[in-house]
Amino acid sequence: MTQVSMTVNGKSVSGDVEGRTLLSSFLRDHLSLTGTHVGCDTAQCGACVVHVNGEAVKSCNMLALEADGADVGTIEGQANDDGSLNVIQQAFQDHHGLQCGFCTPGMVMSTAALLKDNPRPTEAEVRKYLEGNLCRCTGYHNIVKAIMAASGQDVSSIAAE
Amino acid sequence: MYNFEFEKPSTIADAVAALGAEDAQALGGGQTLIPTLKQRLAAPSALVSLSGIAEMKGVCVDDDGSVSIGGATTHATVEAEAADSYPAMAALAGQIGDPAVRNRGTIGGSVANNDPAACYPAGVLGSGATIITNSRQIGADDFFEGLFTTALEEGEIITSIRFPVPQAASYQKFLQPASRFALVGVYLARFADGVRVAVTGASEDGVFRWSEAEEALNKEFRPDALMDLRINPANMIGDLHGSKDYRAHLVGVMTKRAVEACM
Repeated sequence: MTQVSMTVNGKSVSGDVEGRTLLSSFLRDHLSLTGTHVGCDTAQCGACVVHVNGEAVKSCNMLALEADGADVGTIEGQANDDGSLNVIQQAFQDHHGLQCGFCTPGMVMSTAALLKDNPRPTEAEVRKYLEGNLCRCTGYHNIVKAIMAASGQDVSSIAAE
Repeated sequence: MYNFEFEKPSTIADAVAALGAEDAQALGGGQTLIPTLKQRLAAPSALVSLSGIAEMKGVCVDDDGSVSIGGATTHATVEAEAADSYPAMAALAGQIGDPAVRNRGTIGGSVANNDPAACYPAGVLGSGATIITNSRQIGADDFFEGLFTTALEEGEIITSIRFPVPQAASYQKFLQPASRFALVGVYLARFADGVRVAVTGASEDGVFRWSEAEEALNKEFRPDALMDLRINPANMIGDLHGSKDYRAHLVGVMTKRAVEACM
């Protein structure tokens, strides 16, 4: 076992892990931050997306020890300080951007990463950016709509209701 | 996953020393290796992460105009930092996997793995790049030896790759949307002294140069020059995503598109 230390959602944390411990396992099993979902476990579905030093990564495809010393952000750190939903989360609720909700943590984290670099993406840019986040319920239209709304754009002309 | 020791050296020399241990393996971004370990298809005693080696990261333009990319540079960094100096390679990097994969996966990892459907092997071979390791320099034509096989020795690390910048170049990828690898991908580079065409995703022997197309395009650089050329489907990959004949046909189509993009 090796000690790993990192900052998660602004708090310093540490734990003893094996070489093979995944970042997703460290977050979920060691820190009980179960908002990060593990869907496919093969780095296809994107439910496990977190931020490592500000960049979106698939936490089921990164070793916990690779994140030693890193600044990690998860879905648990997304809400506003008073506990209310942030702009992205609220837009997902308002525009029905989720059904079962399993993919939603990854969708929200990917959206946050996209909007940091590209605050007003086009619809095509949103769809392109979400290529690594799979949703089996919504058909994506309302997710795209939510993201456009979260970036402050008019969504009245976007395809699906 | 079987367990392993994890090491993260900060210099190339320390990484080479750590890789001297029996069954130790280098870890780039892990976007292929970690899924492989999960399947228990590999059982290294130790993984030596190359992500902490600052001298292996980044894109720079050399005095002779060639572009050098550190072996531990992520696809996202190549997409951003090579956009001015080698736009076709930046565009290739931006088509790999998805954004989260591009934030971890590295050029050195992709080239060392030599997946028969990966994008970078086509870009490296098509550019006639030089692979620079901790011990020597290897020309791209001598580097790729077949399916998941390269000229690298045990414990040898790709520290950087040096690309001569062509007059024009284009990567045309026919996406396999589930894996996000290339069903067929063609990298075409046009230099003052000739055209190079490298094909990924198609052959059972991995990336290859389509020499007949190069000869035809050297005589006449236009899409119609390829009209009478056919790739022999015998050596093509055939699977549920596409038959051998389909892939052989796609090689022609994607090469033609690459020529059009370079006109």
